[in-house]
Amino acid sequence: MGLAILVLIWLITFFSTYFFAAKTWWLPRGVSTSAPWIDHQFALTFVLMGIVFVVAQVSLGYLVWKYRARPSSGPVRYSHGNTTLEILWTALTAILFIGLNLMGSNVWAHERFEPAKAGSVPVEVTGMQFAWYFRYPGADGKFGQTDPKLIDPSSGNEAAIGLNTSDPAAKDDIVAGTMFLPVNREVDLTLRAVDVIHSFFVPSFRFKQDAVPGLAIRMHFTPTEVGDYEIACAELCGLGHYKMHGMVKVVSQEDFDRWLAQREADKQ
Amino acid sequence: MATFSSTITLKDPKLAHGGSGIRPPAVDGGGGGGDDNGYSDYGARLRRARLGTIIALVAVVMVFVALTSAYVVRRGLPVMDERSGSYVRDWMEVNLPTALLLVNTLVLLVSSVTAEFARRQITRRVALVPVESIPGVSIGQERNFPWLPLTALLGLGFLFGQWAAWRELQDRGFALATSASSSFVYLLTATHGVHLAGGVLAMLYAAITSLTRKPVEARRIVVDVTVWYWHFMALLWLYIFALLEFAR
Amino acid sequence: MATTASIHAHAAPQGFIRKYIFSLDHKVIGLQYYFLALTAVFVGMFLSLLMRIHLIWPQVSLPLVGEIKPETYLSLLTMHGTIMVFFVLTTAPQGGFGNYFLPIQVGAPDMAFPVLNMLSFWTTFIAFVTIIAAFFVTGGAPLHGWTGYAPLSALPNSGPGEQLGADLWVASIALFCIASLMGALNFITTTLDLRAKGMTLMRMPLTCWSWFITAILGLLAFGVLLSAGILLLLDRNLGTSFYVPLVVVNGQVMGHKGGSPLLWQHLFWFFGHPEVYIAILPGMGVTSQVISTFSRKPIFGYKAMAYALMAIGLLGFMVWGHHMFMSGMSPYSAFAFSIMTMAIGVPSAIKTFNWLGTLWGGRIRLQTPMLFAIGFVSLFVSGGLSGPFLAQPVLDIPLHDTYFVVGHFHLIMGVAAIFGIFAATYYWFPKMFGRMMNERLGQIHFFITLAGTYAIFMPMHYLGLAGQTRRYSQFTEVAYQTKLIPLQTFMTYAAFVTIGVQLVFLFNLFWSMFKGPKASDNPWEATTLEWTTATPPPHDNFGGRTPVVYHGPYEYGVPGAARDYIMQTDPATVPSH
Repeated sequence: MGLAILVLIWLITFFSTYFFAAKTWWLPRGVSTSAPWIDHQFALTFVLMGIVFVVAQVSLGYLVWKYRARPSSGPVRYSHGNTTLEILWTALTAILFIGLNLMGSNVWAHERFEPAKAGSVPVEVTGMQFAWYFRYPGADGKFGQTDPKLIDPSSGNEAAIGLNTSDPAAKDDIVAGTMFLPVNREVDLTLRAVDVIHSFFVPSFRFKQDAVPGLAIRMHFTPTEVGDYEIACAELCGLGHYKMHGMVKVVSQEDFDRWLAQREADKQ
Repeated sequence: MATFSSTITLKDPKLAHGGSGIRPPAVDGGGGGGDDNGYSDYGARLRRARLGTIIALVAVVMVFVALTSAYVVRRGLPVMDERSGSYVRDWMEVNLPTALLLVNTLVLLVSSVTAEFARRQITRRVALVPVESIPGVSIGQERNFPWLPLTALLGLGFLFGQWAAWRELQDRGFALATSASSSFVYLLTATHGVHLAGGVLAMLYAAITSLTRKPVEARRIVVDVTVWYWHFMALLWLYIFALLEFAR
Repeated sequence: MATTASIHAHAAPQGFIRKYIFSLDHKVIGLQYYFLALTAVFVGMFLSLLMRIHLIWPQVSLPLVGEIKPETYLSLLTMHGTIMVFFVLTTAPQGGFGNYFLPIQVGAPDMAFPVLNMLSFWTTFIAFVTIIAAFFVTGGAPLHGWTGYAPLSALPNSGPGEQLGADLWVASIALFCIASLMGALNFITTTLDLRAKGMTLMRMPLTCWSWFITAILGLLAFGVLLSAGILLLLDRNLGTSFYVPLVVVNGQVMGHKGGSPLLWQHLFWFFGHPEVYIAILPGMGVTSQVISTFSRKPIFGYKAMAYALMAIGLLGFMVWGHHMFMSGMSPYSAFAFSIMTMAIGVPSAIKTFNWLGTLWGGRIRLQTPMLFAIGFVSLFVSGGLSGPFLAQPVLDIPLHDTYFVVGHFHLIMGVAAIFGIFAATYYWFPKMFGRMMNERLGQIHFFITLAGTYAIFMPMHYLGLAGQTRRYSQFTEVAYQTKLIPLQTFMTYAAFVTIGVQLVFLFNLFWSMFKGPKASDNPWEATTLEWTTATPPPHDNFGGRTPVVYHGPYEYGVPGAARDYIMQTDPATVPSH
C-alpha cells in the first residue's frame, strides 16, 4: 500500500511537471513591449514553485512509504515539534513569497500607474452583448459624444455605440468591428461597456482588462509585431459569451494611415 | 446504556465530578468551568444566552458595516456621464423629515429606559424566588408595573413613526428608486426596522409567557437578552440617524 | 431570539418526527446536514458531467435533459458552482461533521442552542429546495455564474434564466446566509462556553480549532453577503441603482443610473474569499487529526497549527481584492491585496511542513481515512502552489478568468476539501453508524479518485496558460482555442471515470451502514473524546457522565506508556514538552 501511494504520487508529480517543463501547452508568443517582462516573471515563479512542488510531493510519497507500519517498525519518534525548524521555514517561505511578489510589482507599476505617453494612438473599445467595437477619434483627435438613446445594436458600428452625429467632434469618428493598430506605437485605450461587464483579452499582447458599464477605463500597451491576433471576451457576459470574439490587425504605420483614410472616405 | 470504552482508566468516573482522589486537571476548565459543564445550571444558561446574544450582535454589526461602506463609497463615487465619457458627481441630498425622526428617536430612547426597568424588575423577582418559597412568607404585591408590554408598545410606536417618516419622504419626492441617496435611506431604516421588529416579537413572547406558568428564571433569560438586544437597537438607530443626517 | 427556549437540557425525544425530523440532537442534525450535502454533491456532480459532455459533443441530445444550448450550459455552470460551494463545501464539513463532533470533542452534551441548531438546518434545507426550484421555473436557472456579477445578474433581460430563476438564486443564497449565521453563533458559543473540565483551548483537537475559526469567518462574512444579496434583489425588482449604472441592453435603455458594478464585486468577494477558507479549514483540521492518529505520533507543532489556522482566517479577510485585479479597481490597491495574498502562503506552508513532519518517523497505518488525508496534503500542495501565480497582478493579466484559475480553485477548495470530507467520512463512520466501512472498496475509491482528479484538473492549468477562457460553452469560435479541444476531450474521459468511481463510495457507504462489521468504541485507537463514549454515542453523548480532560489531543507513542496512545481522559502523566 505504501509503495502504491509512492508510485502514484511520484507519477502524478512527473507527468504534471513534464507538461509544464516541455511547454506542450504554453502562453502564445508575446508580441507587446510588456510581454518579455511578464514572461520573465512567469518563468521565475514557475521555476521556484516547480521546485517546491516537486520536493513536497516527492517527500510526501517517500515518507508515506518509508514510515509505513511494519511488524519490524521501531517505536515512533515522540516529538511535539521543533520550534527552530518552525521559525526557519516560516521565515524562508515569507522571504520567498513576498520577495517574488516585490520582484513582479515594478512591471505592474509600469503597466498601470502611468498614463499613455504623448503621441500614442487613441482607441476606444466598447463591449456589448456580444460584440466589440473600436472607435478612432479621426483628424481632430477628439472622441465625439455618444448617447445611450441612440444605441442600435442591429445597425452596427457608429449606430451600435450610439454615436451622436450632431456633435461636430463626432463627425470624423470612425467605428469599426475589427481593431487596426500601427506596429510599435503605444495604444491609448479607453474601455467602455454598454450593458454588462466584458473583458478585453488579447493573449498575445499579455493584455487583459475588464470593460465595465459606468466606467471609462484607461489603459495602454504597445504591440511589437505585424500580424493578426485574436481577442476573446474573458468575463461572463451572457449566453453568447463564447462567441464574443474579435480580431486585432497590427499593421505598419503606412497601412494604418491608409486604412484610416479609406474609412474616412467611405463615410462621406 | 452508554459506557466509557474499555480504553479508559478512570477507576470511578464519579470522582471526576468531585475532584477528590484524582488530581484535578492542571489548567482551569474551559469556559464551562464549575463542577459540571453547567448545562442545566441557571446561571450558566443566562451567561450562555448573553454570550450568544453578543455573537448574534456581531453578525448584525457586519450587516450594517457592509451597508455603511456601500453608502460611503457610493456617496463619494463620481458617475460617468455617458455622453461625454467624463465623470460627474450625481449625489442628491435627501430632504429628511428630521423633526419626525427626532420624535421617533425620543420614543425609542424612552422605550430603552422602560426596557431596562423591565429587566431590573424581573431580576428582582428571580432574586426573591427562594424567599417566596419559605412557607408563610409573603412578599406582598410586588410592584408589577407592566414595563415589558409598555416597551413593546413604544417599539411599535417607533416603527409606526418610521413608516410615517417614509410617507413624508414620498411626499417630498424621494421614493425608493429616486436617487442612490434615497435608496440608502429606505434601506438603512428598513433593515433597522426589521431587526427592531424581531425585538418587539421577543418582548411580546416574554410578556405572554408571564401569563403562562413558565418558571420565572426562564422568563428572566428571555427578558434579559431581549433588553440587551433592545439597547443595542437604540444605539444602532442613533448611529444610522447620525449617518443619514451628518453624511447626507 | 429563539435562543432562550432552547437552553433547557432536553430529554431524549420519543416518536419518529421529534427524533429524526425536527430533532434537537446535534448528532441527528449533523447527519441531516451530511445527507443533504451528499444529495447536493451528486446533483452538482451530475451537472458537471453534463457540462463536460456538452463541451465535447455540443450537438448531442441527452435523455431527460435534451439538447444543451449555450444558455443551458451557463445555467449548469452557475448551479454547479453555487450548489457545490454552498450546499456541499460549506454544509458537509461544518454543518455535518462539525455539528456531530464539535460538542462531543469538547465534552458537551449538545450544542449551546439546540433549537437554533434545528432551525439552522431546516433553513439550509429550504434554501436548497429554493435553488433547485430555479431549474423548473420559466426561463430556467440563471446564467450569471456562481459569482453573480452585476449588471448581468441584476438585469432581468440580460439573458435567459435571469428572470424568476435569478430571483430564486438570490433568495436561496440569502436564506443560506441566515442559516449559516445561526450555525456560526452556535459553534462559537459551544466552543467558548461548553467545554468540559480540563478542556482548555490549547487542548482542543485541531478539528475543533478549525470548526471554531470557520464559524468566526462565517459570522463575519455571511452578513456581508446577505446585505449584498438584498441590494441585488432591490436592484432587480424595485428599480434601485446600487449596482447598475445607465445601461442599454439590446438597444433598450434601462431605468437605472449611477450604480457601481464594482460594489457588488467588493461585497461579494469580501464574503467570497473567507468562504474559500470556510470550505477548506475543516478539511485541514480533519487531516491533522487523521495524520496524527494514523502515524501514531503527536502532531508536529500543535500550537503552530492552531496559530496558522488563525493567521489564515485573519488574512483571509484582507485579500478579497485579488479577485479583482482586472476589474478596473485602483491599481494601487492591487499592491496591498497582492502582498497580503502572498502572506497567506506562509501559514499554509507551515501546515504542509508540519503534516510532513508528523509523518516523519511515524508508524503509518495506511487505512482508508489516512489515504484520503495523504491525498488532501498532495492536493493542497498542488492547488496551493498555483496561488502565487494568480496572486501576482502581472501574472494575473494573462491568467485571470482562464482555466488556470478553474484548475487552481478546483484542486484546492474543491477536491482538497472533498478529500477532507472523505477522510472524515471514513474516519468517523464507525462512530456514527457503529459499523466499519469496507477497506478494499475504500482503497479502490481512493486511488482512482486521486489519479482521476489530477487527470481532470492538472490539464486545466495548461489550458489556462494557452489562453483558454473559462465559462465558454464551446471552443469553436476562437481559432487558437479550437486547437485545445483534444485536451478537453481527455479531461471529459477522465471525468467519466472519476465520477463513476464515486458510485463505489456511495455503495460502500450504504452497504456498510447495514452490513459492515461491527465497530468497537475506538477502532482507530485514537485519543479524543468521541472515542471514549459508546458507539453510536447516547443522546447526551456521554451517558450522564461529564468527561474530564487531562492533556492534549495527540498523545501517541509516549515513551514508557503501556500502550502507544493515551486518551485525553486518561489521567496518566505524559512527559512535559
